Amino acid sequence: MHLVVVVAVMCFPCSSCVFVTFRLLPLWLAGHRDRSRPAMFSKGTKRKFSDGEDEMPDDGLAGAKVASSAYSLQRQSLLDMSLIKLQLCHMLVEPNLCRSVLIANTVRQIQEEMTHDGSWQVVSDSLGVEGSPSERLVATEVLCRSPSPSSTLSEQELERDTEPRLYSLVSYDDSSCREEEVVAEVIEDDNEALCSEAASNVCLSGTMSHCWEPGELRVQQNNDDICEDSRLGSGDEDVDVEEEDEDEEEEQEMSQKESKTMGQVFGTFEIKNGSSGSESALEELFSDVDASYYDLDTMLTGMQSTPKIGPYDLLDNLGPSHGPTSIGSTANCRSDLNELDHIMEIIVGS
Amino acid sequence: LNAYQPAHSYSRCSENNMSLRPQTPGMQETLSKCPSRIVHFIVFEDCVRAVLTYICVCVFLVADIISTVEFNHSGELLATGDKGGRVVIFQQEPESKNSPQCRGEYNVYSTFQSHEPEFDYLKSLEIEEKINKICWLPQKNAAHFLLSTNDKTIKLWKISERDRRPEGYNLKEEDGTLRNPNSVTTLRVPILQPMDLMVEASPRRVFANAHTYHINSISINSDNETYLSADDLRINLWNLEITDRSFNIVDIKPGNMEELTEVITASEFHPYQCSTFVYSSSKGSIRLCDMRAAALCDRHCKLFEEQEDPSQRSFFSEIISSISDVKFSHSGRYMMTRDYLSVKIWDLNMEKHPVETFQVHEYLRSKLCSLYENDCIFDKFECCWNGNDGVVMTGSYNNFFRMFECGSRRDVTLEASRESSKPHMVLKPRKVCAGGKRKKDEITVDSLDFSKKILHTAWHPNDNVIAVATTNNLYIFQDKVN
Repeated sequence: MHLVVVVAVMCFPCSSCVFVTFRLLPLWLAGHRDRSRPAMFSKGTKRKFSDGEDEMPDDGLAGAKVASSAYSLQRQSLLDMSLIKLQLCHMLVEPNLCRSVLIANTVRQIQEEMTHDGSWQVVSDSLGVEGSPSERLVATEVLCRSPSPSSTLSEQELERDTEPRLYSLVSYDDSSCREEEVVAEVIEDDNEALCSEAASNVCLSGTMSHCWEPGELRVQQNNDDICEDSRLGSGDEDVDVEEEDEDEEEEQEMSQKESKTMGQVFGTFEIKNGSSGSESALEELFSDVDASYYDLDTMLTGMQSTPKIGPYDLLDNLGPSHGPTSIGSTANCRSDLNELDHIMEIIVGS
Repeated sequence: LNAYQPAHSYSRCSENNMSLRPQTPGMQETLSKCPSRIVHFIVFEDCVRAVLTYICVCVFLVADIISTVEFNHSGELLATGDKGGRVVIFQQEPESKNSPQCRGEYNVYSTFQSHEPEFDYLKSLEIEEKINKICWLPQKNAAHFLLSTNDKTIKLWKISERDRRPEGYNLKEEDGTLRNPNSVTTLRVPILQPMDLMVEASPRRVFANAHTYHINSISINSDNETYLSADDLRINLWNLEITDRSFNIVDIKPGNMEELTEVITASEFHPYQCSTFVYSSSKGSIRLCDMRAAALCDRHCKLFEEQEDPSQRSFFSEIISSISDVKFSHSGRYMMTRDYLSVKIWDLNMEKHPVETFQVHEYLRSKLCSLYENDCIFDKFECCWNGNDGVVMTGSYNNFFRMFECGSRRDVTLEASRESSKPHMVLKPRKVCAGGKRKKDEITVDSLDFSKKILHTAWHPNDNVIAVATTNNLYIFQDKVN
């Protein structure tokens, strides 16, 4: 049984469009009360078909092939779950460093295994992305996100939004119109509302059992130019699609910053002493920048409003992709294309 | 400051040849002072005959989630810290003459607000007031001292009793109003009159601004002058008298934070070697350091690490090997570590592998993925030794806690719950059915409640009295006295 979700993601500034198809698999990753699936990840080795994967859709295929694809899907699901947990870390008031490090190590471990399996290399080759530096350590990019403003998120919001979310079949007949409307709305909206919405849409891993499936991701590109997608319509779109997109957005963003910004995640924990002088100077310099566009960009790239940004962030934001004048530039879109490819290699499973 | 909810009060029942005692007025008053107290005796069926038959003595209903529990060095006082930054100290009643077999019960002795929520303006993050650790200082005089810490700040508190006050001042009346000096004709020396016992807690030292990351441990040294505080990446050595300076003795922060893969999870001083301490990491290793070797103890003297079983390897291996607690034995010869699924006893002279391993809840090994999903896999369970280092105790889910006897295969699983803690009820030790047919009275793994977890337990240093903290209740158990 399959559920297919087709999402049209449109970039308002470049008027380019990418269709993303998700094929949903039946639930096989459930809460702790699920009896029927013990020992899912208890072994890091490939599992035999007889281990009880009869819920998988590829029933008709024979033995090892199914087992390895099942294992890959499991692994992929774990990777996605870990990435989302890392995202969620940033939304919390006080991120727990130990937890973040453990999740990041798990992500690295999965990546390394995928690299050894060759599935990573295959993906990156097919997408034309360069070799080892880019494939190295999704965790690095993922972790190189600046902290989100905790002040804009109330605990209540977080609690409210950790309810279970299910995939739903969404149709986007009028997606283009909707995107335009949404983007216009986004520019006008209060930044804080955006932040909280983003948080609410991303908050997933929680205490209760929830069902989500990574599925397979197929990207069909309308244009060669793919820009960062705009925020999808509020309210009734697929939660997990947004998460994927936000992954993309954020990882596009972060790949630019490379090593310097890994420190941001763990750097949130540091008291930045002594650099306040330069910080305030830069902030003054950009205090008259049109906040709405700037915040739109930062919003899309997973960064939140200005007060949270440390000195490195300000320096990075000086780059052309962030200034208000860069919206609509094709150069920006081309670099984003590479970033999107990079994101694909993270999200695509086998 | 009344952190406790009112609850029922039960009359004290007795077992065997003890007579039923009516509620005396004194007892009524005691109960009204700690309104949430339930006092009754329950007999646990004797399963592990050597030591481990426990009776529930007191149950305290608390308003906030308990985050740490510690007995002091004599066992007379029991301190709990909660998520709201409060410290509540219980005191054991002296043994009463009427029922000499029973040990004294614990009453609320003092309650004070230790830490307040703060806001870090540089990072725009809140600093939680939750008390992460309490550490008692050995008693030197009539007052009691303890260190309490939240994520960033350590405070030294003095808890003192006042049962007398001076009366008969010359220049002021009894109610405090000033007297006209001209009306004083005779002089007298003020005398101390007895008054109702008042317990005061006052902060004596505040050790702040030394930790960038979240403090997870504090440990007083055997020299009674210094103590260490450990956060995720650094350990600092303090002098109790000096608050504006601390020495950094361990720093595992990498130059490039990208390379961070390991954090410090717990740390403790050796019970009598004042230069030795250990710290555990999220990768399952424990390092023993000697402060005499170097000023910065980045290079360990001993590294305790067990090679993992390759057949058990999974994506979660590292997470479940992360050590959540490390405790020296009272003798100083052994130490105990708690990781997610097991408790390990190490001989300090043997680094390769522990001398004993106890599986706390092995039935969870097949559920690791679900536990990762709901974040339970990151729960930090604590562990403790009993007074003679013969038994260790740790918590689990579903309000279960487990005791293991060292050197033998005996262990017991007990439950701390209000339903099971009724008067005269014979409580059987619990058993979790890992698979296959469920026997009567067994509990299946799937019916375990993972929101009910016992993370904090403490054992009286000299006696078989234990304190077990569930989410909202503090249970005090003592063993059945025959």
